[in-house]
Amino acid sequence: MTLINLAYLVAAIFFILGLKGLSSPRSAPRGNMLGAVGMLIAIIATLVNKEVLSFGWIIAGMVVGSAIGAYIARKVQMTQMPEMVALLNGFGGAASLLVALSQFILTPNVYHTTSWLVALTLSALIGAVTLTGSLVAWAKLQGYAEKALKIPNQNLLRMVLGLGALVLAVLFVWQGGGLILFLLMVASLALGILLVVAIGGADMPVVIALLNSYSGLAAAATGFVLMNNGLIICGSLVGASGIILSKIMCKAMNRSLGSVLFGGAMVSDEQMASIPGKEFYEGKVKSCGAEEVAMMLENAQKVVIAPGYGLAVAQAQHVTQELANTLAKRGVDVKFAIHPVAGRMPGHMNVLLAEAEVPYDKLIEMDNINPEFSQTDVTIVLGANDVTNPAARDDSASPIYGMPILEVDKSRTVIVIKRSLSPGFAGIPNQLFINDNSMMLFGDAKAVLQDLVRAVNEL
Amino acid sequence: MEALIGALTIFVLAVFVGYEIITKVPPTLHTPLMSGSNAISGIAVIGAILCAGAGDQGNFISALLGFLALVLAMINIVGGFMVTDRMLQMFKKKK
Repeated sequence: MTLINLAYLVAAIFFILGLKGLSSPRSAPRGNMLGAVGMLIAIIATLVNKEVLSFGWIIAGMVVGSAIGAYIARKVQMTQMPEMVALLNGFGGAASLLVALSQFILTPNVYHTTSWLVALTLSALIGAVTLTGSLVAWAKLQGYAEKALKIPNQNLLRMVLGLGALVLAVLFVWQGGGLILFLLMVASLALGILLVVAIGGADMPVVIALLNSYSGLAAAATGFVLMNNGLIICGSLVGASGIILSKIMCKAMNRSLGSVLFGGAMVSDEQMASIPGKEFYEGKVKSCGAEEVAMMLENAQKVVIAPGYGLAVAQAQHVTQELANTLAKRGVDVKFAIHPVAGRMPGHMNVLLAEAEVPYDKLIEMDNINPEFSQTDVTIVLGANDVTNPAARDDSASPIYGMPILEVDKSRTVIVIKRSLSPGFAGIPNQLFINDNSMMLFGDAKAVLQDLVRAVNEL
Repeated sequence: MEALIGALTIFVLAVFVGYEIITKVPPTLHTPLMSGSNAISGIAVIGAILCAGAGDQGNFISALLGFLALVLAMINIVGGFMVTDRMLQMFKKKK
């Protein structure tokens, strides 16, 4: 037993060193490998535990799980990473829930101490909320229920259900009993659905990060059920990671965690009413053609590309990199400006561009690129909208006032590549599009970029 | 009680360690960080193995629950580490 616990300690060291490796892209692959080795050590240590008596179920479970995991990891598209992470968050929560239920059956009544019951309750409750919450998040990302679903009295309903779960939890710790545990599970599963279903698509990065954290906390609670240090350490590492990422995402959207979870849509109904419609753009928008833009790019010394999720939707990452390469060959300095919520999860845009072989040192974070815009000749806004809206900086009446933005409007010329003048997630018109130094290049991002590459090459 | 305090100590300290390391992860790597933490949260596999392998101590239901937990945890571990590696290789390709 001592030896096994020592092995868990070694595994924990590997996990911590692995996460430490993620501090730079260079050391990251090795870090990931260290994490995997740590996991292998933890699994082997558990298998030699004398409490493990039969191996039939274990081998079957390992084979099936590994096969499915390997299949998903190979097949998933990089644009679908948010879906995959959401799903895995849910699986992590479900695993903790199932272990809690199984442990309840396995453990003789005499060992049902108060602290054990509290841990079991937390493990089941957090696990269940994580499971259904993640499945709803996954469905939203898949596009089944993109908008925030308005349930009448939803905050009241959540409160009632939350209180119900709390009462059941207290009752379970006090009395034990399989039926109460079962009811608690059902209430928690329902609570998970209710918590996420009302949250809008724009807030999904926060939700995924938060559920990521929950899946870790559920595992940590399971660690208290089993009094297993390996689980406790790993669970808390994941829990901390998810919390940090949700905080970063909230800051990037100028939202508080509370308003994401309980506030519903980003813009309130009253604000919605005062938002100008089509007349906002009337007669003030200049549009241009690919040749014109190619000429400008050719004469530019410094070009910044500000990509948004529209880029990924149009599958235009590769042709974007082609344009960047073409310009770089002609001596133009090309950089990419990355807003923290450019993709649909933290760091998503970076992965999408890395897949298109954009070197990571060309991807510049918001805070570092903003001072550079005033020296930039041409900025190309590609499928990004709200995160470039100067109103967030200048107009204190704007619903998104205070949200950190990419200050693309400070560059000499801004080219906005977009299908139409339709609003982004916030649902408000973009001041940028009517600025004097802005020009719209309408069309599908991929097609437009192909035209641009051709036009630049023909010069 | 002693054991509980010990476990709580480990929990709290690990949260601090986690906080310190993870604030040092650059935004570029936040997506791999999340898929990597998916893999690490697969550590529930330890519990799943104990449940699925309890033999005569448990019954069919406890073993079945353990088996299902094991499948899900293994998906997280294998899927998480593999997809993270896939992403990180993309970052490595060009210097």
